[in-house]
Amino acid sequence: MRFLFKTDYEDDIRLFPHSGYVVSYGLLLAVLLIAPYLLSSYLMSQLVFVCIYATVGVALLILTGFTGQASLGHAAFLAIGAYTAAYLQKYNVPFPVYFLAAGALTGCIGALVGFPALRLQGIYLVIATISFAFIVEEILARWESVTNGNEGMRVKALSLLGVTVSRDSPTFYFLCLAVLVLTIVGTLNLLRSPTGRAFVAIRDSETAARSMGVNVALYKVKSFAISAAITGFAGVLFAHKLSFISPEMFTLQLSIEFIIVILIGGTFSLHGAVLGAIFIVMIDPFLTYLKDDMPGIIAGIAATFGAGAATAANIQSKVAAFAALNGLKGAIYGIIIVLFVLFEPLGLYGRWLKIKLFFQLFPLYKRATFKRQKIYVKSERNR
Amino acid sequence: MTYFRAENLSLHFGGLKAVDAVSFAVERGEILSIIGPNGAGKSSIFNLISRIYRPTSGRIFFEDQDITEQPPYDIAKLGIARTFQNIELFENATVLSNLLVGRHRHSTTQLWQELLFLPSVRANEKLHRRRVEQVIEFLDLEPYRDKLISGLPYGVRKVIELARALCSEPKLILLDEPSSGLNVEETDDMSFWIRDMKSELGVTVLMVEHDMSLVNRVSDRVIALNYGRVLAMGSPSEVQQHPDVVAAYLGA
Repeated sequence: MRFLFKTDYEDDIRLFPHSGYVVSYGLLLAVLLIAPYLLSSYLMSQLVFVCIYATVGVALLILTGFTGQASLGHAAFLAIGAYTAAYLQKYNVPFPVYFLAAGALTGCIGALVGFPALRLQGIYLVIATISFAFIVEEILARWESVTNGNEGMRVKALSLLGVTVSRDSPTFYFLCLAVLVLTIVGTLNLLRSPTGRAFVAIRDSETAARSMGVNVALYKVKSFAISAAITGFAGVLFAHKLSFISPEMFTLQLSIEFIIVILIGGTFSLHGAVLGAIFIVMIDPFLTYLKDDMPGIIAGIAATFGAGAATAANIQSKVAAFAALNGLKGAIYGIIIVLFVLFEPLGLYGRWLKIKLFFQLFPLYKRATFKRQKIYVKSERNR
Repeated sequence: MTYFRAENLSLHFGGLKAVDAVSFAVERGEILSIIGPNGAGKSSIFNLISRIYRPTSGRIFFEDQDITEQPPYDIAKLGIARTFQNIELFENATVLSNLLVGRHRHSTTQLWQELLFLPSVRANEKLHRRRVEQVIEFLDLEPYRDKLISGLPYGVRKVIELARALCSEPKLILLDEPSSGLNVEETDDMSFWIRDMKSELGVTVLMVEHDMSLVNRVSDRVIALNYGRVLAMGSPSEVQQHPDVVAAYLGA
């Protein structure tokens, strides 16, 4: 185990506490950079979605994890980013311009949503953000002159510096990766400066934050604006990746997926956003696999235990009918959230830290070594 | 010219007069204690000063400036810091970052500079950390600086709250029952620190306290309150012998 002896204020400020971090993150970056030349096109596509979801996850972490303001409206911010890109693209606005414009517009709208949020706490804020998401969804469906209504909009391949970048090309993946890395670095910078600490202060005790000179209203609005702007940037990439957007893509389900990203990844560290994004992107093909193959497998097991051919076929069709039920995916998501909140409130990243600690302390690790804390669910105590 | 002055300060909740036409002044560099039975309105006065409550009537002046209408976050910017009776720390952050929040009123950097972590932000951070380190040394908090608050015992949290208030380099500090929940030894430490704050750091102290031995040891003057009204004002011994104060405490 390594002991850090701090001899300088820099030791607390720098992003990589010691050389081990530089090596491991360097290796990770190297792997990510050669990934397009190793992985199949399907996995590359999934990796691009991981980058986009992780970017939104970081945005949501700023708002929910660090400022303590829950939001179920991030699908709407993503939609605003995506539609801004699609609309401006029709008028041949170059990519860098509409990319920034989408972020700026979404940030402004995020700030506007932040204002009513000043008066709301906890579950009421969640309801307000859901309403906002519904309003946006409805506007996208009705404002046909701009959004093309329920027919949706095509998004052309983006062109960067005169070169067309297809949505399946390595360049597009590198672009998404760059956006993710820049978002993470920017957020880390924020968290080690006064603004980030003010966010955390608001999360833990608004009264104390106020009495220390933090303008709580201003910082809540800032948090909303930053979170929304980052989600807007992700929205542009999302639109390009899908090459077609329509209002029914940006539903409550998507907002819940973003919440799952941070809940399952861990709400106390940016690692959580990335781990959660990997989880949510990879669980979809896994569920599809279960849906397609489970009925056959279960029928096969039943047959080996002596069920007749007719019974096995009956079981197979029943299981298949169950797997095809509407809303089953939502139920599975719900169960996953409940299990994580109950048994691993620190998420996948918390689990990773425990495993790491286990090996660092090898024969000495006890469960109590790692103090369990509920970080996400904050009581109503401090107003 | 007085340093800090409350004039006819009142706080009514419907018919209940929590604070009723209270006037007092604090001189620069003194330690003034407010005593009184439970529900006398001591903490309410603190909450009026730090603008958690809005006074029903009356005015508050600090350094000849009327601060009655200032928003709560500006009170800290003026140099008035406070602690809370039931500790209000940032539970899921480290001691160091709690103390750095105390530096918030001195932060000058803009959001975009922080996103890029420009050299100016870095220089500011180092300055903040140097100041915080001085407070950590002053209050002997070295063993706890990187610990999470949620894992610390009550007595230590009490000191950290004091430290957070000191990190803002206040001119006036409001201590709401600094010794509640502390054992005899910790209360002794607290009384030394309160006196050192005055003599070494030049901070003016306004304090609500129940522990009369602590009040006697540190206070220059004492105000006794009951039912939101001032009963007596003067030196610690004068106030304790005042017949109204004796009656309020003993119910005679």
